[in-house]
Amino acid sequence: MSWQVHLPALVLSVPLLGAFVALLMVKPILRNLWFTFILVATTVLAFLLWRRVGISGTMVYVMGGEKWNLTLPSGMALPIRIIMEVDAFGAFMILTGSLATLASGLFSIRFLDRVHDGNKFVALFFLLFTGMLGLEATGDLFNFFVFLEIASVASFGLIAFWRDSPEAVEASFKYAVLSIFVALLFLIGVGILYGIYGTLNMAAVAKNMQVGFLEKVALVLFITSMAMKCGAVPLHMWEPDAYGQAPAGVSCFLVVVGQASLYGMFRIAFSVYGQAFQGSVLAWIIIVFGLLSMFIGVIMAVIQKEAKRLMAYHCISQTGYMLMGIGLGLLALSSPQAMSEYGFTAMKGGIFHIINNAMYKGLLFLTAGSLFYATGTTELDKLGGISRNMPYTTMMFAVAAAAIAGLPPFNGFVSKLLIYESSFVVHPFLAVVAMVTSILTLASFVKVFQSGFLGPSREELASTREVPLTMIVGMSVLCLMILGLSLMPNWALSNLIEPAARDLVNQASYIQAVMGSGL
Amino acid sequence: MKPLSIVVRTICNIFAWFVAIFGAYVIIHGHLSPGGGFQGGAIVATFIALLLVAHGGKRFFEWVKMDIFTAFEGLGLITFVGIGFLGLSTTFLYNFLALKGGLFGSPVTIGPNAGILNSSGTIALANMAVGLEVVGGLSTIIIFMFLGMRYVMEGGKEGSEDDK
Repeated sequence: MSWQVHLPALVLSVPLLGAFVALLMVKPILRNLWFTFILVATTVLAFLLWRRVGISGTMVYVMGGEKWNLTLPSGMALPIRIIMEVDAFGAFMILTGSLATLASGLFSIRFLDRVHDGNKFVALFFLLFTGMLGLEATGDLFNFFVFLEIASVASFGLIAFWRDSPEAVEASFKYAVLSIFVALLFLIGVGILYGIYGTLNMAAVAKNMQVGFLEKVALVLFITSMAMKCGAVPLHMWEPDAYGQAPAGVSCFLVVVGQASLYGMFRIAFSVYGQAFQGSVLAWIIIVFGLLSMFIGVIMAVIQKEAKRLMAYHCISQTGYMLMGIGLGLLALSSPQAMSEYGFTAMKGGIFHIINNAMYKGLLFLTAGSLFYATGTTELDKLGGISRNMPYTTMMFAVAAAAIAGLPPFNGFVSKLLIYESSFVVHPFLAVVAMVTSILTLASFVKVFQSGFLGPSREELASTREVPLTMIVGMSVLCLMILGLSLMPNWALSNLIEPAARDLVNQASYIQAVMGSGL
Repeated sequence: MKPLSIVVRTICNIFAWFVAIFGAYVIIHGHLSPGGGFQGGAIVATFIALLLVAHGGKRFFEWVKMDIFTAFEGLGLITFVGIGFLGLSTTFLYNFLALKGGLFGSPVTIGPNAGILNSSGTIALANMAVGLEVVGGLSTIIIFMFLGMRYVMEGGKEGSEDDK
């Protein structure tokens, strides 16, 4: 039995330990070393987890059990302990999340010098990290709620970390009210399912699932709460404030945390309900969420004058692509023919877009952060002509902006093309909205690039310097990932994306990993 | 805020200790009776609230520093995760002390009994760790609320920096 069977637990407990030890660090230099060490260690663990899931299939882990894989002790009809379950989709999300977190953590190290209690920042950062990874690793509905709460509470503190600015406190309060509401909706849904099936394990619920009225009520609660938490359009009002006001490293992080709730939505739609839910209503709801988010997000973004707020609106619009891609997959779930015709391509596009968005959106937030670090402002009216002073930041911004706009050599193009192709088969209107969104995205980033980086240099910005090395390292992690995904889209599709899409569709193997084939 | 009258302070001096001991009792018996680490920790934290209200912030901060509560939080949580890691030869958070004899591992007798205190293995240790953490965390919250209240009532400078 190799130590690697413990990976689903280790990937959660190492950042948790990191959070608690960070509270006791006396010297800033020690704390920074510890911060870096835990970040790198967790990312390595996430990578190993992804590798192992790729080799040996879905991993389960029984917390505190007599054996790590004793999910169903003999004589029991239902699993009794807390079970972690990581399939290829979960492992993919964990890997994506850890890479973006690594970058935002490295970027944040220099920010810590400017705050008066950096230990608490590190502790909250790692708690949020644990919460996010927990959402993606858990196989238990109630545990999902617990990790949702951990992630929410940690992000309240992080969003309001510049607590002297009233806007930050307002954004954090808004997010707090929303998150608690979301968590309660989710909890009511969990309660309904627990009342009916007497278990909280996702696989066990899925096995016994027979969709009736109450199950539909629970599904509505789950989908609404998760859509709210990931910022799909009618429920997006908190997102520009929260992402715009948080420190830049944290905004980059919150992008992947938002995707964790997206993961929750898909997990519930595909693995818990899945085949049991007949009809295409749910899929169309998710697709319409996607369409609205894409279009309204981007037209709100075009008119913004503040770089981080603009990027936050783009975040909503990019979430729309993922929702639409995977929603199309859900639409095709019950028919193998539709699945091979457009569903699987759409899912590949949607899942590829998740990692792409984490990388380029994260990088954009980080470049906005370095603009703020160097010049003290992110207002586009007050910036201009700093490309000579900050060549690295400018270059990375250009890469990220080209990728998000879907210009051909970059990874954003690949995932968007997959979504265009597949959505066109269902209805041309979907593809048209997606393309128009992409064009408007390009337009708004041309605006940022032009008014922020190009143009004549301004006198008041003449003394601007490039940001310190650790920040550049943080940004280059994401930049290299973008370039890698752009240069090797086929490798990424066949090794990263396809296994994830296949496991997400395959509800039977998700159930079997926990319940075994005996029952 | 000023200390309250001598009557209140004397009563507080006597009864605050009972509060603390009752809290410790709830923590230690967490696996047998209602309560546990969180509930007991909350009771112990009312001890801090009592001291603050009766004696006022000035004297309170002569006795303790804020850092000690942060240390409580950190130590409690590290102990908890540490217990999880110690079970890792089997699984994370495995109860490796149960039924092994010694201080925490007495076997449980079947049938009605008054409860065997030292039978729970790592559960009792985890309860104590949580208790320590909650004492630290809730005390920090109470102290910050106290400082904020002073800020509002006296309309003056925020007390947090010079009181510490």
